[in-house]
Amino acid sequence: MMDYMLKVDRLCKSYQSGARCLTVLHDVSFTVETGSVLAITGPSGSGKTTLLGLCAGLDQVTSGTIELNGLRLDNAGEEERASIRNRYIGYVFQNFQLLPTLTALENVMVPLELQGKRNIRPQAVELLEKVGLADRLHHYPVQLSGGEQQRVSIARAFSTHPRILFADEPTGNLDEETSSKIIPLLFELNREAGTTMVIVTHNADLAKSTQRIIRLKGGQIMEDKPTGDTTPVVQN
Amino acid sequence: MKKDRILPEALPGFRWLLTMAWRDSRKSRTRLSLFMSAIVLGVAALVAIFSLSDHVRGDINEQAKELLGADLVLEAHRATDSAVQKMVDTLGDRRSRDCRFASMVTFPKGGGTRLVQVIALEGDYPYYGRFETIPTHADTDFRRGQQALVDKTLMLQYDAKVGDSIRVGELHFVIAGMLTQAPGRTGLSTTIAPPVYIPFRYLEQTGLLQKGSRFTYSFYFRYADPQKMNRQLSAIQPVLEHEGLNYETVASRKKDTGRQFEDLSQFLTLIGFVALLLGCIGIAGSINIYIREKIPSIAILRCLGAGIRQTFLIYLIQVTLLGWVGASVGAGLGTAIQQLLPLVIKDILPVRISTGISWLSIAKGVGIGVVASFLFALLPLLSIHRIAPLYTLRAPVEPGSERQNLRQILVFSVILVLIILFTRWQMQSWTQALIFSGGILAAFLLLTGVALLLRSTVRRFFPHSLNYLWRQGFANLYRPNNQTILLVVTIGLGAMFIGTLYFVQDMLMKRVAMSADNNQPNIVLFDIQPGQKAAVEQLVKAHHLPVYQNLPVVTMRIEEIKGHNAFQAKEDSISGIPARAFDGELRVTYRDSLTNTEELTAGKFETKPHTSGEPVYISLDESYARRLRVSVGDSMVFNVQGMLLPAVVGSLRKVDWQRFQTNFRVVFPLGVLEEAPRFYVIVTRVPSAEVSAGFQRATVKAFPNISIIDLALVLKVLDEVLRKMGFVIRFMTAFSIATGLVVLMASIYVSKVQRVRETVLLRTLGAGRKQIFTINVLEYCFLGMLAAGTGLLLSLAGGWALSEFSFDASFRPPFIPIVVIFFSITLLTALIGLLSIRNVVSTPPLEILRKEI
Repeated sequence: MMDYMLKVDRLCKSYQSGARCLTVLHDVSFTVETGSVLAITGPSGSGKTTLLGLCAGLDQVTSGTIELNGLRLDNAGEEERASIRNRYIGYVFQNFQLLPTLTALENVMVPLELQGKRNIRPQAVELLEKVGLADRLHHYPVQLSGGEQQRVSIARAFSTHPRILFADEPTGNLDEETSSKIIPLLFELNREAGTTMVIVTHNADLAKSTQRIIRLKGGQIMEDKPTGDTTPVVQN
Repeated sequence: MKKDRILPEALPGFRWLLTMAWRDSRKSRTRLSLFMSAIVLGVAALVAIFSLSDHVRGDINEQAKELLGADLVLEAHRATDSAVQKMVDTLGDRRSRDCRFASMVTFPKGGGTRLVQVIALEGDYPYYGRFETIPTHADTDFRRGQQALVDKTLMLQYDAKVGDSIRVGELHFVIAGMLTQAPGRTGLSTTIAPPVYIPFRYLEQTGLLQKGSRFTYSFYFRYADPQKMNRQLSAIQPVLEHEGLNYETVASRKKDTGRQFEDLSQFLTLIGFVALLLGCIGIAGSINIYIREKIPSIAILRCLGAGIRQTFLIYLIQVTLLGWVGASVGAGLGTAIQQLLPLVIKDILPVRISTGISWLSIAKGVGIGVVASFLFALLPLLSIHRIAPLYTLRAPVEPGSERQNLRQILVFSVILVLIILFTRWQMQSWTQALIFSGGILAAFLLLTGVALLLRSTVRRFFPHSLNYLWRQGFANLYRPNNQTILLVVTIGLGAMFIGTLYFVQDMLMKRVAMSADNNQPNIVLFDIQPGQKAAVEQLVKAHHLPVYQNLPVVTMRIEEIKGHNAFQAKEDSISGIPARAFDGELRVTYRDSLTNTEELTAGKFETKPHTSGEPVYISLDESYARRLRVSVGDSMVFNVQGMLLPAVVGSLRKVDWQRFQTNFRVVFPLGVLEEAPRFYVIVTRVPSAEVSAGFQRATVKAFPNISIIDLALVLKVLDEVLRKMGFVIRFMTAFSIATGLVVLMASIYVSKVQRVRETVLLRTLGAGRKQIFTINVLEYCFLGMLAAGTGLLLSLAGGWALSEFSFDASFRPPFIPIVVIFFSITLLTALIGLLSIRNVVSTPPLEILRKEI
């Protein structure tokens, strides 16, 4: 029997805009195997980020179900989802989303502190050393370059040993050279930790580095295929 | 594969929340401190007043005996008969007495005359405390010979020196010393009636003891044993009531003085409280913008797994701690300000005021400040519940939930209830507390409404043809996250306070001054004895002055109202007859017609002389009749210097009391009081100060017993009294204005990042420093004008309402003071605004951007 980390079934998401109802995602279903790496691609406005937000427990579904690590996200309350986010999910954002008032080290420590863990400093330091920021521990985000900020963000994402990691355009705000250093780092840490990873990206090269690509358009899945195979899959 | 549902883990401890609150505040501490400084002045005002109250209560307790100068004081408003004198002689271990009355004195050196309070003293009074005089021994010296102690202000006014003489009635007294303080007297009371002390034994020879004149005899007793005093006081109670004598003990004086002070303290506390509320509104506005700026951080925290409650608590801890800091700083400042308050209110209180640290007052002030700032900050903090973690990806469209609105309504309600409870605590009356709280709410709503209206009107009619700098300066009032309305309300309330205070003072002064316009009387001569009546009238005419009125005045007391005497009125609260009605002395006249200041409203005015056997039909001022709960047909009994005189209320009159002339609450018909001890009052008009001085000198010289009320003196005294009272109110009002300015600084700080961005953009587009400076100057000037305009508009409305419904006069707003207040507040606002952004304008943009963003 296949072991799934994420199972999305007939997912819909609509927003009320005045008197108008705007449907962003329409009847989306797919599964993600544990330990696999998946890319979601598609043109702007196709619903990628919305899908990521729903799968990562950042938003509430309109209809359909989402199961993450065997836990239903669609009917979980906000506090329960917060706990799931903290224990099982890691995030890497396009604009890094570091807390500006915290140092690099403190940013990495926060998720662990939220778990109520103690003596976490050595673990956070080790992670920052791993991403090459041993000499930037006490710098604030504003004192770091974009690449460095994304490294801190990656270190923070892996700090709680998440079961699944969601990355939203992780290289979207970085130049090519920096991106070429960040991506291998992300994949390396992911391999080490055996984490399932879902990446939303426009970057074709990055998408190709994953094992599977889902292509969205107009809020629906247009394509779901393993990398190197262009045959469209039929949705069930 | 199906795993168990997960439940939230135990929350990280309070310590972590504290750590996060501390970490998160790193870049905002200065800003948060500035927000919280908005409550500093409000708390300072409260702590200063609480501390002052605390000390004054102690001072009144400690100085209670000095306030009275004796253990027991009896007071009679007429010469005591032998029976009373006999009783007096049995009381106390030591005795003193004095007789006080209003009379003219003359300073022969300069020829000045003035109405003063003459006090003829016998004995060693005061037994507690002392007369403070210059030279110090004058206190005892003046009792030895024909010498007087003269009030300090009076001596300064007439340039009199110790050793000069002063004429009181027929006698000249050598001024033995200058009186700076007498037991129980306040600066305000000496302003109204400056005292001149003379030895009692010369009273007769002054010739001022005329029948019918108004005298108060006081008897002072010292007791070695307080029990003895209580025993004697119980024993003489019936006599005191029968003879209409009042008494005062140390305890009753203490209570009276304490009550007077509580009224003042209550008033000042409420002004301080309004300053605190203004500060709290400022905090709510600033925190609202602070939280908006914190949305990304809050969303990240939520994303990383922090719960709504945890995130909310992080920011709640920040504002609560800062509330503590703000309130504590305020308490320190208040304790320091308290040192100044005795200077402000020294003329109003009869005690020496001590100062010091009052921990209870500090605790009360800090407590109120923390609770108020907490609740007001809670309103914007509740919006944290709306911030979804999805914000890390994009700004979500999320309208406020019903639950959210309910929470805000709940906090609003708690704030309102606490305001009512606080005012109830201060005012000791639910009705007053509700009226005050409703008034505050209405004032804030009205200010907001007028501010909105004014702003939209100005926007609508703003001349768009003006150059860019003007348009940009004005447009800045509408920038996103603008605090314009908040600032207009906070600064505007201060302007409204100052404006209203000024208008009321101005109206009072004008009302009195105008009463003498257009050939209205401006001099009243009273205490004219029946034998002097014709001669005085002749003297008036000899000076080519008109005689407007020449009326007899008879002094009497009320003995019974509708069959109830003083004792019965006190016991029977159902009758509604106030027991106080029996206390005072009444001055009545008799005549057969109404005057031009009177209008008959009920019954029939008695125009025929009274015939014996018929009831005596009297006429009452209608508001006085309302107070006594009597109407036409009700019976009353008067005590005319020992003789009981029954009468029936025959008519009611509406009296215009605002005219400077003699008016009477009770008018008798002819044929009743002609034989009673009486004096006459003559009302005239002098055309100039020179004529007035000459006429007064001649009158006092020829008739030393006659007293003169000069409207010019009344105006001067009124001005002095209003100045002294106004100073206290202005001092407290300054806290509101200052709070408004602190809120202004805080809100400028809040929008600093935005201002920096605008400045950078403008500079990039080629704007010079001077142009950016001009835009900012204009913005703050517009803001100050809006605030001052809103406040003054409301104070003008208030002034009009007061003049229309209370002062019964046409309201003529004083143009120059309005302009002065308007421009002062505008300039102050502009100055504070410019000081707060000076580094934004003068520092290179990139440098600021690096620092701020």
